[in-house]
Amino acid sequence: MRDLAVLLEGRNLARLFEGLWVTLRLSLSSVLLSIVLGIIVGMFMTLKNPVTRAVSRAYLEFVRIMPQLVLLFLAYFGLTRVFGLNLSGETSAVLVFTVWGTAEMGDLVRGAVTSIPRYQYDSAYALGLTKIQAYIFVIIPQTLRRLVPPAINLTTRMIKTTSLVVLIGVVEVLKVGQQIIEANRYNAPGAALWIYIVIFFLYFLICFPISRFGQLLENKWRD
Amino acid sequence: MEWGYIAKYTPMYATAALLTLRIAAVGILLSLVVGLFCAVVRHFKIPILNAIAVGYIELSRNTPLLVQLFLLYFGLPKIGIKLSGEACAVIGLTFLGGSYMAEAFRSGLVAVEKIQHESALSLGLTNGQTMRYVLMPQAAALAVPALTANVIFLIKETSVFSAVALADLMYVAKDLIGLHYNTDEALVLLVAFYIIILLPISLLASLLERRMRYAGFGGTA
Repeated sequence: MRDLAVLLEGRNLARLFEGLWVTLRLSLSSVLLSIVLGIIVGMFMTLKNPVTRAVSRAYLEFVRIMPQLVLLFLAYFGLTRVFGLNLSGETSAVLVFTVWGTAEMGDLVRGAVTSIPRYQYDSAYALGLTKIQAYIFVIIPQTLRRLVPPAINLTTRMIKTTSLVVLIGVVEVLKVGQQIIEANRYNAPGAALWIYIVIFFLYFLICFPISRFGQLLENKWRD
Repeated sequence: MEWGYIAKYTPMYATAALLTLRIAAVGILLSLVVGLFCAVVRHFKIPILNAIAVGYIELSRNTPLLVQLFLLYFGLPKIGIKLSGEACAVIGLTFLGGSYMAEAFRSGLVAVEKIQHESALSLGLTNGQTMRYVLMPQAAALAVPALTANVIFLIKETSVFSAVALADLMYVAKDLIGLHYNTDEALVLLVAFYIIILLPISLLASLLERRMRYAGFGGTA
């Protein structure tokens, strides 16, 4: 128990939360960018043009098949070499998670838009709605219902994946945990266990309510 | 791009890829076992075990694999449980994968019509026989898309194993970047090897998915 008390000494607990905030800031900015860009890319993916189809397909497949850590390495180590761009760990992280999130979000948008049956459009026009009215009152509300639960799911995936940034040198919650463990290795040699348990539950406490909320909406809106 | 460098270090990547595949294979098989067990427990709502399964699934799905690995590899030795990097990797992957597989099997079980269960029971089959001969074959076929997606997801997740000192593909790439500064070659090999591993599996998965669409009973699938 003395090992757990390390967290209460000095600013240790505050620093751990600051580290957690770095993780959350990175994932939330990536999620927001992914949602905006994903909607645009998703619309682009629904086009019937074979060229745009091939391009978006190749982008989606490449990003999906590569582990996110590989993409992080490509951005962090590769871009510097190829373009002379010297990105910080945090910038590479937001870049990579946005590129990945946009692909996932784009595919969700494409799926949601194409899953709206043809007759929904036809009926809307038959009722005398203009094209814009049909979208605002008929198509978009239905698309959103199919889109929001998986988008929330993507958010928790993003938060969990953000833990990888510690491997490209970003000081986030895991790194702060390591620093606290290192600094106290003589007066609290067993701190590692407790600190990693605390970090484990911090992630759980953030992701669990979000995924619960997503499930709730999914059950409520099931058609 | 130095092709000589690429040729020289390809065998090193191949060894690392085999390590990744070996651990992934063991981890995925164990995940399937854990997932099947949890799905059956949850389907029959077996008291106590059901609560444990629900708790486990939520914990595992809402925490990152990297944090789970740190806890296993750096945390547990403090209470005298020392595990090798490989053991941590397999346990971590199983802990993570078990819950994803459980959800996949469960979605399959939910999709099998209730009348199948009732008919089997009325024919005099026990609960165990019903599960084994009637429900699970159909549920597994329905769950194939989710199961293959999980397999690909879990293989991708193995990329964090370098954090517990396993010489996997990421580890080799990082090592070579640090040693020789041949960043381009190291990264090209890294991407190439992940494509070699994942592309065939991904193609196989979509093939299997298409085949399994015919496996449903009657009009349910």
